[in-house]
Amino acid sequence: MLQYVIKRLLSTIPVLIGISLLLFFMLRMLPGDPAQVLAGQMATPDEVELIRHQLGLDRPVHVQYAFFLGRLARFDLGRSARTQNPVTEEIWARLPNTMLLAVVAITLACLFGIPAGIISAVRPYTWIDYVVTSTAIFGISMPVFWLGLMLVVVFAVWLQWLPAGGTGSWRHVILPSFTLAAFVVAFIARMTRSSMIEVLSQDYTTTARSKGLKEQVVVIKHALKNALIPIITVIGLQFGMLLGGAVLTETVFAWPGVGRLIVDSILARDYPMIQGAILVFGLLYILVNLVVDLLYAYVDPRIRYD
Amino acid sequence: MTETTKNEASRTQGRLPYSQLRRRWAKLRRNKAALFGGILILIFIVIALLAPVLFPGSPSAPNLMKSLERSSLEHPLGTDELGRSILGRIIYGSRISLLIAVGVVSFGLLIGVPLGLVSGYYRGKVDFGIQRVTDTMLAFPGFLLALALVAVLGVGLKNTVISIGISMVPIYIRLVRGCALSIREEVYVEAARAVGTRDIVILLRHILPNVMVPITVQTSLGMGMAILFAAGLGFLGIGVQPPTPEWGTMLSSGRAYLFHSPHVATFPGIAIVLAVLGFNLLGDGLRDALDPRFRL
Repeated sequence: MLQYVIKRLLSTIPVLIGISLLLFFMLRMLPGDPAQVLAGQMATPDEVELIRHQLGLDRPVHVQYAFFLGRLARFDLGRSARTQNPVTEEIWARLPNTMLLAVVAITLACLFGIPAGIISAVRPYTWIDYVVTSTAIFGISMPVFWLGLMLVVVFAVWLQWLPAGGTGSWRHVILPSFTLAAFVVAFIARMTRSSMIEVLSQDYTTTARSKGLKEQVVVIKHALKNALIPIITVIGLQFGMLLGGAVLTETVFAWPGVGRLIVDSILARDYPMIQGAILVFGLLYILVNLVVDLLYAYVDPRIRYD
Repeated sequence: MTETTKNEASRTQGRLPYSQLRRRWAKLRRNKAALFGGILILIFIVIALLAPVLFPGSPSAPNLMKSLERSSLEHPLGTDELGRSILGRIIYGSRISLLIAVGVVSFGLLIGVPLGLVSGYYRGKVDFGIQRVTDTMLAFPGFLLALALVAVLGVGLKNTVISIGISMVPIYIRLVRGCALSIREEVYVEAARAVGTRDIVILLRHILPNVMVPITVQTSLGMGMAILFAAGLGFLGIGVQPPTPEWGTMLSSGRAYLFHSPHVATFPGIAIVLAVLGFNLLGDGLRDALDPRFRL
């Protein structure tokens, strides 16, 4: 197992190099002089020259890349062009907010999605199955930011039960996390349904039933355990959608997370911050999918990583 | 030639026999959800084509005397903050959204399909190179990649299409490569190679037709995704710019009036849901009807 973990960790290196190359060239692709863009329109030629030197932009491209990698290895992502604070510091301050939303949303999505998928699979082609599958396809087709706005209209404007945005208490978490969970819950319910339908038609499920086991035991102990791998995979993949969704949800609810930081930075053309925040989201996504890979072995003992 | 020999001939050339196509078409027609999806898309296409007939006048011309009005006979869905008819802007917005959907998917297809074919057919170093780039692109969630690209390319309709299009390329590469990898081992491909058929002919005549089914399904689902992504970028203020009547941009401006005039943000959202739902339902139906794993 340990060997597999090491192997899997090593396999992320080419992707990390790819990400670093992508981020490195992102700045070079900017129209005009990157040093001028970073310094701003009002900067004097001396200031632009200083930034060019600080970023190593006056050196050959391969040296620049090595320089960039060196800084990256030290988690030095530069300073924000907008606030002049270190990029890592700002991201670090906002990351817990985004993670809180993501964790609550994914928990809610599992709590609603998995049971809905199971019920749908146990009673396929009945009214309850149609309700679940129709709701799921609606959920997938709905823009997350529109759902957020509609929840604000109902729960904050009309009913006045919950705050429309901001942070401060657990009540502030409810609307954004439900908004974020809606999209993911639909995917989880669909995957649980199709995976369970397949498993429920397998011979070992029939054997379990013919032994006289209770239906609940057959569904939960025999079928669900075997259906979990694709469900876990989809949860891992949906984490990526969640990060994308966080950008929109945090904007709707004025939630001070990394997603909102990305949008503000794009609008202010704060490239070091955009680079840093996107790098952090990319790393998070890789890390979650690594954990998902390792979970396979835990869920299915037949999987041996040697 | 008898029906069987015809079918056999088309099978060896890597195409679906006519009778199978007919059966799958019949299956697609029986799928009520897919039919509903198809009808929804058709309605949007008709609305987009007939926009000037359905809503004479400019959808972007302001009329401040009528700002934020509720539903009326003159403006069935009310007006926005600049007094423009929301229905009119939704009608014209369908043009923008469909244009984005077609543009994005064409971009993804034109770059992703050839790269996927080459990667799966030739394997080796070419495959390795293309796949590492694909891995890197897939390491970013799609919307985030589009967001990063917009940050570099800048806002506007063209850049929105390019950014979302690039974020779709790796999906097509993976899809086509997977199919090409298995099809290249088929006897008819080996036979074609043995008689000296050129690689380009094998790729276009024997492999490409076999990849058409998953491509068709992905195209429908991809169009829905493109509309969602574009609306998301528009909502953030970094997609299509006002006064162009793009649905996401309309939602964004409606956000400021959520407390007093929620209708401004409500109706463009419904339009997005219906359009995306149409493509998703059709895509799901196509998969059920055409994918061999769900064969009749």
